[in-house]
Amino acid sequence: MSRHTRLALAAAATVGALVMTACGGGGASDTVGGDAQNAGAKTGTINLYAYAVPKVGYDKVIPAFNKTEAGKGVQFQQSYGASGDQSRKVEAGATADFVNFSVEPDITRLVDAGLVAKDWNANQYKGIPFGSVVTIVVRKGNPKGIKDWDDLLKPGVEIVTPNPFSSGSAKWNLLAPYAAKSDGGKNPQAGLDYIEKLVTGHVKVQPKSGREATETFLQGTGDVLLSYENEALFAERSGDPVEHVTPPTTFKIENPTAVLTKSKNYAKAKAFNDFLFTPEAQKLWAQAGFRPVDPTVAKEFAADFPQPTKLWTIDDLGGWKTVDGTLFKKETGAIALIYDKATS
Amino acid sequence: MTTTTNHARRGDTSTEGSSLPPRPHLPLGDGADSLPAAPPSSRRTGVARPLGVGLVGLWLSVLVLLPLAALTVTSLGEGIGGFWHAVSAPVALASLRVTVLVAAIVAVVNAVMGTLIAWVLVRDDFPGKRIVNALIDLPFALPTIVASIVLLSLYGPNSPIHIHLNATQPGLLVALAFVTLPFVVRSVQPVLIEVDREVEEAAASLGASNWTTFRRVVLPTLAPAVISGTGLAFARAIGEYGSVVLIGGNIPRKTQVASQYIQQQIEIDRPLNAAAVSVVLLAIAFVTLFVLRLFAGRSLRREEDAQ
Amino acid sequence: MKTSTTARIGLRTVALGYLVLLIAVPIVLILWRTFGEGVGAFVDSIRTPAAISALNLSLLIVAIVVPLNVVFGVGTALALVRGRFRGRGLVQAVVDLPFAVSPIVVGVSLILLWGVDGWFGGLERLGIKVIFGLPGMVIATLFVTLPFVVREVEPVLHEIGTEQEQAASTLGASTWQTFWRITLPAIRWGLTYGVVLTIARALGEFGAVIMVSSGFPGVSQTLTLLVHSRYIDDHNTYGAYAAATLLMGLAVLTLLGMTALDRKRSKT
Repeated sequence: MSRHTRLALAAAATVGALVMTACGGGGASDTVGGDAQNAGAKTGTINLYAYAVPKVGYDKVIPAFNKTEAGKGVQFQQSYGASGDQSRKVEAGATADFVNFSVEPDITRLVDAGLVAKDWNANQYKGIPFGSVVTIVVRKGNPKGIKDWDDLLKPGVEIVTPNPFSSGSAKWNLLAPYAAKSDGGKNPQAGLDYIEKLVTGHVKVQPKSGREATETFLQGTGDVLLSYENEALFAERSGDPVEHVTPPTTFKIENPTAVLTKSKNYAKAKAFNDFLFTPEAQKLWAQAGFRPVDPTVAKEFAADFPQPTKLWTIDDLGGWKTVDGTLFKKETGAIALIYDKATS
Repeated sequence: MTTTTNHARRGDTSTEGSSLPPRPHLPLGDGADSLPAAPPSSRRTGVARPLGVGLVGLWLSVLVLLPLAALTVTSLGEGIGGFWHAVSAPVALASLRVTVLVAAIVAVVNAVMGTLIAWVLVRDDFPGKRIVNALIDLPFALPTIVASIVLLSLYGPNSPIHIHLNATQPGLLVALAFVTLPFVVRSVQPVLIEVDREVEEAAASLGASNWTTFRRVVLPTLAPAVISGTGLAFARAIGEYGSVVLIGGNIPRKTQVASQYIQQQIEIDRPLNAAAVSVVLLAIAFVTLFVLRLFAGRSLRREEDAQ
Repeated sequence: MKTSTTARIGLRTVALGYLVLLIAVPIVLILWRTFGEGVGAFVDSIRTPAAISALNLSLLIVAIVVPLNVVFGVGTALALVRGRFRGRGLVQAVVDLPFAVSPIVVGVSLILLWGVDGWFGGLERLGIKVIFGLPGMVIATLFVTLPFVVREVEPVLHEIGTEQEQAASTLGASTWQTFWRITLPAIRWGLTYGVVLTIARALGEFGAVIMVSSGFPGVSQTLTLLVHSRYIDDHNTYGAYAAATLLMGLAVLTLLGMTALDRKRSKT
C-alpha cells in the first residue's frame, strides 16, 4: 500500500471518530467513565466491578452520588458480569476500585488476595447496602401453576438457573429450596435430595450469570426462572411477558460491596461506598427493586416488598464460610458434586 | 498445513497458502504456472537476510506459537490422564459431538447450495445479479456478533414470521450457514467461469441428458473447488463462536458447541478443561486443513501432469 | 450444457430463495427495526458516550494492528518468497494457523500465556497489564488478522519475480531503495487488499477479544462487545440493533472497498 493510501485511511478513520465525538453528548443511555486517556486525573474515576444485575440500581445511585459534595465530577467505569467470574478477574489483576458481588465469598477471595481490607464488613450493615429475596419467575398467567418449591419438581417443568461455579445468583437460587427443605440446615440430606432432583431432572441450561439466565428465559427457554426479586421486577417493568411468585418460604439475598485497598482513588471509592448506605441512596435502591437495609427506608417501601412467611438467611445456615465449604466448594461441596455429576 | 517436500524444492508454496484464506476471487491453484525461476541465492531482498528472517520468526513465535504452546502445556498439566479426563467428561464430549455434527451438516448444505448459487451467478442472467453477487461477500465482512443478532431478529423470540429457532440445533445450523456461505460459492465461481463449455456441448450433442452432462463433465471439473470450499467452511464452522453466542442457547448436550464449552470452563475457573478441549478442537481443524492441503496438492499435480 | 428455461428458473428460485431467507430478510428486518423508530433514535443510540468510545477503541485497535501487520506481513511474505532458509515450511504453516484456530481458543491461549498465572505472568507483576487491557485486545486482534497481508502479498511477489529488483541493484540501488522504488509499488494492490481484509476482521472480531477484555464500557469495550453487552447486560435490544447497524455500515464500506480494489487489481 502506498503511503498516501495509508495516510488517507488513517485520516478517514480520524475524521470519522472526530465527527462522532463532536455530535456526541445528548441522549446518553449507557453510562461510561469518560475518555480513557486522562481518566482519574482531576475529578477521579472509579472502576466498578459488579455482579450481573445491579446496573439498574447504579443507573439511579451514581447520578445521585455525583450531586453530593464528595461525588462531584466523579466518573464511573462499570463492568457487570457473573459474580464469581468478575471476582476472579479482579483477583487476576483487572483494575478495580469498588466491587459489588452477589455473594460474600467473592469478596472474601479478594480479602485473601490482599486486595480488600479484612474489616471491609465492619459497618453496622456488615458491608451489605442492599439485598433481595429468591423468587420464582414464570411466564405470564403462570400456565404451569407454579406456587412453591415442590411445584418445580412436577414432571416436564424446565428450570433456568445460572451456573453456581460462576454465578452468585445461582448459589442463592439453590440455597433457597435447600434451606426450605432442610429446615434451615437441620436436615441437610432432605435439602440435598431436593437439589439433586431439581438439578438432575429439571435444570437443562447453565447460563453464566443471573442476567444471562434472564435473557435465556425471556428468549423462550424453560418454564421457570429462578432469580433475584429485583431482577424479576426489572423484567416485569421492562414489559416482558413474565410474572414472579415469591414462595412462602424463601431466602434472604445479601449483596456485599467493598473498596479495594490499593485503589488509586481510595477516598472517592470509600465515599461512594458510604453513600450507598445513606437514606437517599437506600431509597433509590428500593425504587430500582432492591430491598433496602436501612430500617426506616425499608418501612417506607414495605408495600413494595412483601414479607414471605419464612425467610431463611445465610447466618441460619452457619454463614458463608460453612456454606461455601460444605455445599459449593469445587469437587468437595455437596451441591458442587451434584452439579458436576449432572452437568459433566 | 505442512508444505509438501516436493513443492518446497520447487520453491512454490504460494498456491497452497492461497487456497486457505477466505480470498473470494482467487481460484485454487491460481498463478501456479507463472512462477519465476528461483532467484540466485546471492541476490536477496534485505528482509530475507538472516536478521529479517529471525525477526519474522520471533514475531510469529511470540504471536502465534507461544500462546498455543502455553495452551498445550496447560492441557497436559495433570498428565495424559488429566487431559483424557477433561476431554472425556460427558458434557465436553457432547459439545464436541454437537460441534462436529452441526459443522458437517453445514458443510454439506454449503456444498450443495454453494455450488448451486455459483452456477446461477455464472450461467444465469437476471436483473439485480450484481447485487446478489455482492451480497455473497457480506458474511465475510459482517462481524459475527452482528450475524447473530441479525438472525435472532428473524428466527428468535420476536420473529415476525413465527419461526423460533433460538436455542435449537436448527438455529445453530442457520447461524453457521450464514457465516460460511461465501466459501464454496467463491471457490466454485471462478472455476465455473473458466470451464470449457465446448466439452459440455459435445456431451449434449452426443445425446447426454443434462443430468448426465452435469455429473460426468461438469462435476468432475468443479469437484476440487467444491471440496476445498466445503472443507474451509467446515473448519470455520467448528471454531465459530460469535455467530452462535446469541442464537445457540448454550444448552449443554443439546446446543452447546465446543467454543461455548471452552468459554464456560474459563468462566468457572477450570483452565485445564478449557485447554484440553481447545487442543482437541485445534486438532480437528488441523486435520481438516491438512487433508485439504494434501488434496489440493494432489489435484494440482494431476493438472500439471495432464498438461 | 443447455438448461431448459424451467430448470433455469427453478435453480434461480432455489438459489435466490436461500439467499433471501438466510441473508436479505434478516438484514432488512434489522434495518427496519433500527430505523423504524426514526433516524433520530438511531443517531442518539450510537452517539452515547459508550458507543462513541467503543467506536474509538475499535478504530484505535485497527490503527495499531494495521501498521504492524503491514510491516511484519510484508516482511514475512518477502522471507517466504525470496528467502531460502530452513524451516520455511514451518513458517508457511504458522502463517496459516490463525485460520484454523477458533477465536475462543485464541483467547484462552493468550490468557494462559500473558495472564497473571501464565508464562509471561511476570509482566503483570511489573505493572504491565496485557490481559484485561488494551495490549491483550491488540494481541488477540493481531493473532486473528495475521495471515491476511502475508497471503495477499505473497502471490504478487511470486508473480513480479526478481528481474527488476536485480536490475535496480545492478545499477547500484541500495536494498532499501530497491524495496521502496521497485517492490513496494509492485505489491501495492495486494497489500491494500490485505489491509482491507485486516480492517474488516479487526473491527468485527468478537470471540478472541471478549476473552481478554475487562469489558468496561467507555474503556475496554469495542463495538462488537458493545453489541453483546447491550443485548445481554443492559437488556437493551434496540441499542444492540443500532450498534449492529453501525457495524454493518462499516462492513458494507469495507465490502465496497474490496470490490473497488478488485476491479482495479484485475485491470493492472
